[in-house]
Amino acid sequence: MSDITLQTQLVSRAEAPAAPPPGYWKSVGQRLLRDKTTMAVSLLLAAILFITLGAPLVTHYDPYVGSVLTRLKPIGTPGHWLGTDETGRDLWTRLCYGGRLSLLAAILPVTISLIVGGFLGILAGYAGGWTGTLIMRTMDVFYAFPSILLAIAICGLLGNGLSNSIIALAVVFIPPMVRVSETVTTQARNLDFVEAARASGTTTLQIIRYHVLANVLGPIMVYATSLISVSIILSAGLSFLGLGVTPPQAEWGLMLNSLRQAIYVQPYVAALPGLMIFVTSMCFNLMSDGVRGAMDVRLNK
Amino acid sequence: MPNDPVLRVEDLTVRFTRRNTNVAAVNGVDFALQAGETLTILGESGSGKSVSLKALMGLLPAYAGVTGKVWLNGQEILGLPATALAKLRGGAVSMIFQEPMAALDPVYTIGEQIAETIVQHEGCDNRTAMKRALGLLEQVKIPSAERRLKNFPHEMSGGMRQRAMIALALACKPSVLLADEPTTALDVTVQIQILLLLRQLQEELGMAIVFVTHDVGAAAEISDRIAVMYAGRFVETGTTRQVMRHPMHPYTQGLLSSTVHGGMRGRALETISGSPPNLAELPPGCAFAPRCRYAADACRQGDIPTVTTETGATARCVRAKEMADA
Repeated sequence: MSDITLQTQLVSRAEAPAAPPPGYWKSVGQRLLRDKTTMAVSLLLAAILFITLGAPLVTHYDPYVGSVLTRLKPIGTPGHWLGTDETGRDLWTRLCYGGRLSLLAAILPVTISLIVGGFLGILAGYAGGWTGTLIMRTMDVFYAFPSILLAIAICGLLGNGLSNSIIALAVVFIPPMVRVSETVTTQARNLDFVEAARASGTTTLQIIRYHVLANVLGPIMVYATSLISVSIILSAGLSFLGLGVTPPQAEWGLMLNSLRQAIYVQPYVAALPGLMIFVTSMCFNLMSDGVRGAMDVRLNK
Repeated sequence: MPNDPVLRVEDLTVRFTRRNTNVAAVNGVDFALQAGETLTILGESGSGKSVSLKALMGLLPAYAGVTGKVWLNGQEILGLPATALAKLRGGAVSMIFQEPMAALDPVYTIGEQIAETIVQHEGCDNRTAMKRALGLLEQVKIPSAERRLKNFPHEMSGGMRQRAMIALALACKPSVLLADEPTTALDVTVQIQILLLLRQLQEELGMAIVFVTHDVGAAAEISDRIAVMYAGRFVETGTTRQVMRHPMHPYTQGLLSSTVHGGMRGRALETISGSPPNLAELPPGCAFAPRCRYAADACRQGDIPTVTTETGATARCVRAKEMADA
């Protein structure tokens, strides 16, 4: 009796048509949806993006106009639910508008370094030899300086301002980006499938475009996302030191600096820009982790 | 010989020169291959088998010095410019590799990879290429080919991957297939399936195969002719039967008697003493002489003549005649 059931089971299993596996991006999406942490931080990041880019929709105050009468109100004041800063400007409004510059000053340097560093790294890794050595040793020179010192030095050299802080951070991020993409490219180019591609008549340019880029892009993108979290802290740090955005513009690092003097009067209000920096940086970090896990086809069987 | 050979190699020599060392990896290899014929290059690790294949495909790094002449379908291909060579590779001549996991790109599906090669060589659109890829997977007998088309390499078993690799190599109907130890990384049961598949495909497509292996059993199974390679030279060539039944060169004899098979029950296993010579400092005369139990003084000096028997088998050995008679 049990033998018969077993047999029919075996037969039906063998005959059952197997479901076609989903495409790559679809399966990445499915894995991301299943990952609760990544989904939570993604929602949080979306919320932050919404309040910064859609600042006029969530607040009706002007971020640059304050009143002496409403200076340094605590959190929960009617009309100013997150309190006010030292010149009486609504802090919620300042945080929303301030996020625009903070995110711009953090994401743009990473994007620049992704393009420049990725290009140089793939070139160094694929060409190897003299070209590779020249690029990599030049990058090593930058490693001799601690990143924050290098950023401060470049900013000091170029003068303060938003664009200069972006340039400074881009220069700081290019060397590690080159190193990461060079390493991945070197690994990829020594694998048999690159030789197999050459053996099937693929030209060098096509190999780089089709095989190397596809294998390298994942790791570099993940690294870039994790760099954003560092970039947020560094760019806020530069503004805090007065080397980035100039007052009266709203920017989280700068706000932290000006509220510093009020830390004994309204400590919770003064901590808010710092909280925003911390939360945003953390979210990018966790998201890059989640994306890396979801994108690696070999980790997920 | 009735037809012109599809592949003819004359005095193929490969030298790797780096700093002060000069490694003589391949030292004058000659062979000719007809359509539908399989030549197995048999030899141990480091004997120059794979380097010979890569030299044929022009896949060696720039510091490798390749000399000699190679004709493919009557066209001289050694020293062709890179673009002309790229057209031949994958088209007239293609290659399968030892490790299918490493030889397939992990980020693309099997279908995408096969289609890419087809698009590249024939310039057709993606949809047609995918259809051709499906046909190829069916041809190499991959079950539920339609589903496998959308699989990534890591989602397949070793044997299935090697089949996919073969499908990729056959994409543009090559006239010569170079197989670099395609069964070494597989289970024995899968090995025989792959060998049978290759034979069947060869009959269907009429291509010539150069099969490189160190596995005497696989060589006996697939080849029409065998060339035994030692230290970058063919030391013995002949039909499979000639080489397997009446080996003339002491190295071939050693190789055969150190292989385990059923007919040897009750006999002690023989080994070849010593190790292969350093290719950077080849001894004069016969490279096998230091390990050869029959070595005479004549073996250690001058060029060793190649002896050809009436049946067409050759051996590069001073005492080949005595060996054959023994």
